[in-house]
This record gives sequence, C-alpha cells and structure tokens, in this order.
Amino acid sequence: MNILINGEPTTTSAETLTMLLEQNGFANTTIATAVNSTFVPQGQRETYSLKEGDQIEVLAPMQGG
Amino acid sequence: MREFYGTKLSNALMLGTAQYPSPAILADAFKRSGAGVATVSLRRESGADKEGQDFWALIRKLGVHVLPNTAGCHTVKEAVTTAQMAREVFGTAWIKLEVIGEEDTLHPDTFALVEAARILSEDGFQVFPYTTDDLVVAERLLRAGCEVLMPWGSPIGSGQGLNNVFGLRAMRAHFPDTPLVVDAGLGLPSQAAQVMELGFDAVLLNTAVAKAGDPAAMAEAFSLAVNAGQLAATADPMEPRDMAAPSTPVIGKAFLS
Repeated sequence: MNILINGEPTTTSAETLTMLLEQNGFANTTIATAVNSTFVPQGQRETYSLKEGDQIEVLAPMQGG
Repeated sequence: MREFYGTKLSNALMLGTAQYPSPAILADAFKRSGAGVATVSLRRESGADKEGQDFWALIRKLGVHVLPNTAGCHTVKEAVTTAQMAREVFGTAWIKLEVIGEEDTLHPDTFALVEAARILSEDGFQVFPYTTDDLVVAERLLRAGCEVLMPWGSPIGSGQGLNNVFGLRAMRAHFPDTPLVVDAGLGLPSQAAQVMELGFDAVLLNTAVAKAGDPAAMAEAFSLAVNAGQLAATADPMEPRDMAAPSTPVIGKAFLS
C-alpha cells in the first residue's frame, strides 16, 4: 500500500505500525508516532493496522528553546 | 525558590538547547551555567540518520530536568498532539505550551493557548504556558489548570529584553503565589537580573546564549546575573524617589564658606 512517512511517499507491505517502523530503521529508537494527526502510543503500535493513504509522523527529540 | 509542580530547582535559569555551534559547546554552556532545566523539542526523525537519538543521549548526560515544548504549533490540536508525543518520548508530564498566533512577532494565540492548557491539564500534564503579560489571560490559564505562568519579555529570539516592565510587575503583584518565569526575548544578563529583581522565580532563554560569540561564557554570565537578581529581590530593595537625598550625613559638616 502507499502511505506517507514524515511527508515522504512510501510503498510498504507492513500491516501494522510496529512492522512499518522496523522496516524503516526505527527499531529500538526513542520516537513517538502519530497517524493522520492522531497520537498513537507505543503500546498500541503493535495492533495498529495501517491502511492506504495513511499519513504517519515519526518524531524524535530535537533541539528546542 | 518556589516549586514548579512540586519540583524544587537548584538554579533559576532554564536554558534552551537550540542553535549552539556544536553539541560540545551546548554541554559546556549547561555545565558553566548550572541551569537545572533544558528545553527540548520534537521533530521528524529519519530512520537512516537518527539524529534525534544522539541529541537525546547528549541531553540525558546533562542530568537536568527536561522541559519539552510545542514550538511551531498554531492550533489547539497540533499543540495537544505534540504534547502527547513529547510526554511519551521524554517521560515527563511537563510541557512548555506554545501556540503561536502571529508569525512576525511569534505572539501566542492566547485563546487557543487557554483551550490547549485546559485539555492538557485535564489529561494530567503539568503545563508551562508561554503567554504574554495579559492579566486576564493569565487568570484564565490558572483556571484552566496551570500552576506556572511564563510571560514573554519580548518576542522570541529578539534580544530586546523587557518590553513591558510595568506589565510584568503587575503580574507579579496579581499572582504573588504563582511561580512566574520570563520566557523569551532576553538578550543580556542585566535583563535577566532585572527579571529576578522584579521577584520572578526563573528565566528561560536560549538565543542570547547560543548565539553569543562564546556561548559557555554567556551562559555563566546569565547564571551570575540570575543569582544576583534573586539575591537582590530577597534583600528588600529601596524605594526609588524623585529627588536627591544626600547619603553622606550633613550633621557635623564644617562651616567653610
């Protein structure tokens, strides 16, 4: 299916958010996720089913003022 | 020093982590300042570069309290979602709530700010709202659940100092029991000292240190200024007066004319 990860068009076979993150280099990283502008907590990623057109945001700590 | 949501800080300086020339200089600035709080943010991560992971490792080594922000958010939904994500990533209920309403001045959208503060407070967040010196907004923020207020000194990154000393003094007088932090706009240590002399509880700054020619030295200068201002506030400053009053006693002065 076709989705967006941080705004980048991506084709994936991943069925869940956890699978998607593992396939894209985010295993064992400190991140937070949102799908279609809604926060998806870490505990729900394993069961969160992706669908065509989903917009996934993967955020990590960054410098801030 | 007042407590911030039950946390007593050893130092009244809160320091941002953005715009430093290098990670090593950032760490040095924190070391020399003794700042007890570091503000941080969240941004998109690349699975290839993983820049955020290195940054997070650096911050954890500083051994300071982390205050995540919602910088760049313009709506209630954006700010609330960012705060939820920040709580999970940083493992803290603290959130520096920014909802920007105007691009040139980065003036907060105070209507959206109050609404976001209410939602987040009800969800267990401990909100540090980036606001103005508007007393009505401040009152609404407290009613929304905030236990700390963070009025700006002047626009973020401007280095203008305190644009409305009267407003800040009024805020201190109106909310004597609320921890108050001046957040944003400071450019010089003397301005930070003035904030503390007004009886504020802390200052939060970033650009003035990060963009100095020697950020670590400037961080230490701010720390000294904050401590001086804090000490002065507790020393009960004299009241200013319009006319001169000789400090040298006139009794016993020789008659020589």
